[in-house]
Amino acid sequence: MIPLSWYLLVAAALFCIGLYGILARRNAVAMLMAVELALNAVNINLVAFWRYGNPSQPVGVAWAIFVLTVAAAEAAVGLALIISIYRQRDSVIAEELDILKY
Amino acid sequence: MQVIFILISAITLVSGIMVVTNRNLFHAALYMMLSFLGVAGLYVLLENGFLAATQLLVYIGAISILVIFAIMMTRRLMQTTESPFNSQWVWGGAASLLLFGLILVILLQVFTLDPNSTAAILPPAAEEAIRDSVNTLGVSFVDAEQYVLPFELASVLLLIALVGSIIIARPDVEDDQA
Repeated sequence: MIPLSWYLLVAAALFCIGLYGILARRNAVAMLMAVELALNAVNINLVAFWRYGNPSQPVGVAWAIFVLTVAAAEAAVGLALIISIYRQRDSVIAEELDILKY
Repeated sequence: MQVIFILISAITLVSGIMVVTNRNLFHAALYMMLSFLGVAGLYVLLENGFLAATQLLVYIGAISILVIFAIMMTRRLMQTTESPFNSQWVWGGAASLLLFGLILVILLQVFTLDPNSTAAILPPAAEEAIRDSVNTLGVSFVDAEQYVLPFELASVLLLIALVGSIIIARPDVEDDQA
């Protein structure tokens, strides 16, 4: 059988890949994609703990569903913001969006 | 079982790395779909078919398509020849590697990676709970003792996100009226 720690290891690796994407990518759409990867990693953790803990209690799965809901809302609003910014500034590179600095 | 797990995890992680390193944003989005599919496979291995189906519908069916639409609308930036990374990519990589190392150290102190240990054995009496898990989940969402409040809040959040993103992404209407 597969030990719980293997799932946690995969989730940790996926989260760190997502974190790297958020920190290192220039394009705002790519940063949003990396955020989605990190959220998926959290969901793996929640479901793994649900399965190896007490499966008769739906806490882990319920929380995973809520994470999924918030991720969907975040993607919709985030991409709407990116498209709106692209219309005004003709760029989605995060470094060039510095209007709040002045 | 372990072979399947390693295969699915490898697909998930390799396509995850491709998502954050690929120059072509469109290819990155396709690799993201593959990574989501791998996560759905992990849910199946964890015997939660409902969440795997939800993952397919919401992440691959909705969020990935939304991301691809956004990439197509900002198409000029797709064929960029300059580096996809900003000037801090070394520090970003170091920070995420450090975080992974820290998690690994803590993980190895609490859990064991040995697949033959007792930690690999699932709790007994799980079979029935797994079979009823979708039912239990549905009941918990409408049970006043459990998650009815977050459930309703989630629906309000979705409505707010729907209205908000339409208002944000809509072009200015003043020009048409003038």
